[in-house]
Amino acid sequence: MKTLIPTGIGVAILAAVPLFVHSNVTLNFLVVALMIALAGQGWNILGGYGGQYSFGHAAFFGTGAYATAILQMRYGINAWVAFAAGIAVGAVLGGVLGALTFRSGLRGSYFALVTLAFAEVLRIIASVAPITGAGVGTLIKLDLGLSTLQFQSRAAFYWIILALVGISLVVTQLIERSRFGVWLVAVRENEDAAKALGVDASNIKSVAMIISGGMTAAAGCFYAQYFLFIDSGIAYGTWISVEALLTPIIGGVGTVFGPLLGALVVKSLGEIAKLLAGDAPGLDLIIYGAVLVLVIWFMPRGLVGGLAHARKLLMRRTSSSAASAGEASHG
Amino acid sequence: MLSPATLIPAVINGLLIGAIYALVALGLTLIYGVLHIINFAHGALLSAALFAAFFAFRLLGLDPYVAVFLLMPVFFALGYALQRFVISPASHGDDRNMLLVTLGIAVIIENTLLYAFRADTRIVDIPYAFQTIDIGLMFVAIPRVIGFVAAFAVALALWVVMTFTDIGRAIRAVAKEKLGAELVGIDVAHVYAVTFGFGTACVAVAACLLIPTYYVNPSVGNAFVLVAFTIVVLGGMGSVPGALIGALLIGVAESLSGLFLGESLGQIGIFLIFIIVLLVRPRGLFGARA
Repeated sequence: MKTLIPTGIGVAILAAVPLFVHSNVTLNFLVVALMIALAGQGWNILGGYGGQYSFGHAAFFGTGAYATAILQMRYGINAWVAFAAGIAVGAVLGGVLGALTFRSGLRGSYFALVTLAFAEVLRIIASVAPITGAGVGTLIKLDLGLSTLQFQSRAAFYWIILALVGISLVVTQLIERSRFGVWLVAVRENEDAAKALGVDASNIKSVAMIISGGMTAAAGCFYAQYFLFIDSGIAYGTWISVEALLTPIIGGVGTVFGPLLGALVVKSLGEIAKLLAGDAPGLDLIIYGAVLVLVIWFMPRGLVGGLAHARKLLMRRTSSSAASAGEASHG
Repeated sequence: MLSPATLIPAVINGLLIGAIYALVALGLTLIYGVLHIINFAHGALLSAALFAAFFAFRLLGLDPYVAVFLLMPVFFALGYALQRFVISPASHGDDRNMLLVTLGIAVIIENTLLYAFRADTRIVDIPYAFQTIDIGLMFVAIPRVIGFVAAFAVALALWVVMTFTDIGRAIRAVAKEKLGAELVGIDVAHVYAVTFGFGTACVAVAACLLIPTYYVNPSVGNAFVLVAFTIVVLGGMGSVPGALIGALLIGVAESLSGLFLGESLGQIGIFLIFIIVLLVRPRGLFGARA
């Protein structure tokens, strides 16, 4: 429980932001960054802790988004219920994909490929199927209110996404401390050795993919509710697959706060690029790609790892200078 | 619908496009066979090569069949440099990092093209693009026939290089037993980079053969590469004959499913083959290892 206290304090501090910041632009920026952090946390459970690098997390994001929108618009289901159902559908999809891929023993390159292909199949289906609105996309009718989960104020959306991110942080911390989390890391570090010790690797990875799918789908549900419009290119597009893996890798892969930190940094870089060069298509992604390569190159453990390393260096320096000061006083 | 008059042209068109797929897939399978990673930048490199071929024609007036002799060495050098000076040092010898780095490079290349040239689709206006010849069963566009022949010529050339030259032997040695190759004095980093260069040069050739009858935009390579992934998986990762046969099979399958199901659902057919092969027989038809 103790480890959850700093997380609670951190979330509480973030929750106070809309009390002081009233700019819609800033709030919008934070909302989108938190949404990406949530999608990234989903990737992090499977990729960071489980070592299974998915290149197609758009499959979960898009499925969550479409489920939320379609259930409301076509079946008249309450927005909150649709939102929860979207998360559940994402988790189920995770279970199905996990069972299919891990039971056939796909790892590494093959796993990355098959996830990419699944996302692409779903994108093509969504771009032709009538239920998704095909090429036109799906619009959620504007209808402000608590029961429809639509708000005039950005602050309300901010608190919702912050709450979801808070939950994802707690879930990740609980996983980290659980037996399941230890098994998952064991599978990442050496799958064959873990199996030899009696860990049911494919089952563990499948469970990780269920949690992962649910979390990333939650980000998709939120996207649909916040922007009220999705089409196949948004919901199942490469951009979200890239951003979902980018945030934990930049922040610190396999760490609790990596995705949140990564999302804030990545989105800030995107905004700076827009300020410097105007809103040109592709520019933000050029920077994301470059940052991805550079972080892997020079900071393989991400910002969290880099900061820990820097702190260690600093502590060593201060302790060694303290030691030399002590020696001096002795002499 | 099932009359020979519609089936035969569909099959022949499938074979013709399959030959180009084969070139793209060859590059991919070669890199996988030696480095044991999937090069996710392959599609973006193909888009870049198509743009290069496009501007070689538009600005320099170079015919694509002439430009190929310029672009092949340029893209070889590009691939060599990417592997030797970016991918290898950046990934610290970890396979997962290598995948991410190639993905990062793909994102950079694709979006640089998007930033520079916008999403517009361009075509070259080559006078002979729509000239056809009668091959007995039907009329086919001359560039498609040239593409078919050239693709197999390149595959043959590659086979000769791999079988009879020192670098070819070194590549095969590294693919089979990396440590052993290192012990007998083979420069593995160099071999990796040469392999990557060959793979990228294949893409440049494919681009020059495609451009007369195809279009170019910043994401055009992706469509090809997802097909190429399918081919490589179907034929068996790292298998060269597998890539050739797989490419022709997929070319025909795509052409036929396009005929019966329509364009976009035809694409799904490819992906379903892909996913089923991956799940049921990840070694592919000819692959030695999964």
